[in-house]
Amino acid sequence: MPLTGIEIFKLLPKTNCTDCGVPTCLAFAMNLASGKAELTDCPHVTEESKTRLEEASAPPILPVTIGTGPEAPKVGGETVMFRHEKRFENQPAVAMLISDTMDEAEVKARLDKCHLFRYERVGLILKPELIAVRADSGDAQKFAALVSKVKGSGLRLILMSDNPDMLAAGLKECAEKKPLLYAATDDNLSRVASLATENSCPVVAKATGPAALAELTEKLSAAGVKNIVLDPGSRTVRQTLEDQVIIRSAALNKKFRPLGYPTITFPCEMTDDPMKEAVIAAMLVVKYAGIIVLSDFRGESLFPLLVERMNIFTDPQRPLATTEGIYEINNPDENSPVLVTSNFSLTYFIISGEIETSKVPSWLLIKDTEGLSVMTAWAAGKFSADVIAPFVKKSGIGDKINHQKLIIPGYLASESGSLEEELPGWEILVGPREGAHIPAFLKTWKS
Amino acid sequence: MAFEIPKTAYSGKIKEITLGKGEKAVTVGGESSYPFYLFEGEMPHLPRIAMEVYDAPPEEWAEAALEPFADVVSDPVAWANKCIKDYGAEMICLQLASTDPNGLDRGADEAAEVVKRVSEAIDVPLIVLGTANHDKDTEVFRKVAEVCHGKNLILGPVEEGDYKQIGAAAIGYQHTVVAASPIDINLGKQLNILLGNLGVSDDMLVMDPTVSGIGYGIEYAYSVMERMRMAALTQQDDKLQFPIICNIARETWKAKEAKISEAEDPKMGDAKKRGILLEAMSATVLLLAGADVLIMRHPEAIKLVREMIAELTAS
Repeated sequence: MPLTGIEIFKLLPKTNCTDCGVPTCLAFAMNLASGKAELTDCPHVTEESKTRLEEASAPPILPVTIGTGPEAPKVGGETVMFRHEKRFENQPAVAMLISDTMDEAEVKARLDKCHLFRYERVGLILKPELIAVRADSGDAQKFAALVSKVKGSGLRLILMSDNPDMLAAGLKECAEKKPLLYAATDDNLSRVASLATENSCPVVAKATGPAALAELTEKLSAAGVKNIVLDPGSRTVRQTLEDQVIIRSAALNKKFRPLGYPTITFPCEMTDDPMKEAVIAAMLVVKYAGIIVLSDFRGESLFPLLVERMNIFTDPQRPLATTEGIYEINNPDENSPVLVTSNFSLTYFIISGEIETSKVPSWLLIKDTEGLSVMTAWAAGKFSADVIAPFVKKSGIGDKINHQKLIIPGYLASESGSLEEELPGWEILVGPREGAHIPAFLKTWKS
Repeated sequence: MAFEIPKTAYSGKIKEITLGKGEKAVTVGGESSYPFYLFEGEMPHLPRIAMEVYDAPPEEWAEAALEPFADVVSDPVAWANKCIKDYGAEMICLQLASTDPNGLDRGADEAAEVVKRVSEAIDVPLIVLGTANHDKDTEVFRKVAEVCHGKNLILGPVEEGDYKQIGAAAIGYQHTVVAASPIDINLGKQLNILLGNLGVSDDMLVMDPTVSGIGYGIEYAYSVMERMRMAALTQQDDKLQFPIICNIARETWKAKEAKISEAEDPKMGDAKKRGILLEAMSATVLLLAGADVLIMRHPEAIKLVREMIAELTAS
């Protein structure tokens, strides 16, 4: 359990020296408790207090960064079993498998995909993060050559082999990239552990079932390995779900440190059917995977998976929002209708989708309502006539059209009178209450 | 440190509800743990899939969704039979889209006639969904309930605005209701209480939390359903201990992402497979949140989800 501000305060020097930048030790303690300050900001804290504070503040599931650089994904660090209790913190990293038995054309095709598959949605870029390079040929040189080819792909690396010699050969090519080593087992523990510590790489612990896995991570930890990722070995759907749940629950509900790490999962080893693999991956996004290794990247499955991941990992307290502005749909011209709505991303997706379906060229004005939906924003005074009118004037939409008609959401009907007052010369049309009725409504449009 | 398997403390159970009549009637619910947590409790009845049939030829469907039914779209009876014979549907969901006052606006008598014909042609449970227009649904379901007296249809969506009227018709003619609330656990609970007070018995009610697909707010549905199950199973909230039904196909297939062609946007991949996966992956997410009945469309998406249910419960 995290310490409270008062508990932390008792461990501080209580000198109110202000060297940390706040006036009192108590204030600093409160900041520490709420995560607004770091313990290192206090130059005077004793070693003993430091150790106790670090132990108490260590997250129940360790966040592990795979690779280097600003785009290196961080996995783990989760604090809840259910997203409504707080939020899910770090999206599972998505990996593509690549094997040293694949021919050159196949390798090239796969590397090309790493750049193709980037999707923009609500101003965010959705893309996969990892490549898992697997030594299947048994030839260390061949494996090393592939690693060297893949390391420039822009994605972070996982090196896969049970054989420490293979891992060492691959690591030689990319040690500075700090790849994730897969995997340390009971059989190769000491050698893989030393590869990991010598090169400061994170390492996967692989054993059968959570109990055996816990024993293995304790050994790895004793060997000096800090950054661990868990593979409980399950490759059936039922066992995988069970293991993922038990590992998460042991770490969070029992504070069981030996399982307090992110997990790695292998839909690619659970089926030969790419469609089924995608559905299994969909399960793993909601049920606790830290890394999801796919057999390949395919647009038709990667896109839904990355969008699902974004959806599930949004903060339930903070709705996603779309940028304020004028959106052109179906190539509008000066005679096209103008609709206005809120910038809650769901509102935007539904309304823009319905306008597209209608095939009626339209202008969609998105007002920044701090991510609130139409009704909520209206109730909070962020989407009423006195806010909408200045926005419409300032937006510049008037220069793009030769009429002065504005369609407002059906739920804002009560604002239409005030809007006509605030927007002299404009005619305010009350649109439908439901997005689904927009196509029918727009088909009756006449400028 | 010794490892012990952590266990959730459950104190409640989902009610078992039988849908339909006769040999092919289907029982859902009965779970005593979170969905598919078979290491903690039981799931005596597996989640079921109802296949969609529309009462008028669909407009603007993605090609991939239309293709399997191209020969039956103008005949709901043939469509329903095809779902059962060719695709092994265990339930049918007849969507009365043509009654929409903003669309074809077909009358109650005509709609009821279609429901009657379909219900007489099939022996699996029949879910009948209106358009969520309170006045129209009331009119339609009064008639539907009457002409299908005693068949135990599953009628919905029954919402706060029309629960008295439709609820009364369902009670009078012995049908099950789909209590539908707008993605909110408290509103969902309240409607269940209202329907109970009206006289709908506990074994004649399933809940529809109003779901959406991947990219269109599935996270809201997911969390509301998780909260419903948490309240039902660990907080003894008996007004939320009902099976959950999810009308998901319609939501995933209407999205533009289910329609964009690969030629238009190569990084989106094959359009047909993408449409199928958007449906199957959304359905899987809802299964893991607590869906007992999924209303689905594409035979291949249904096959994927059936396999997933089988593998999640494989011994």
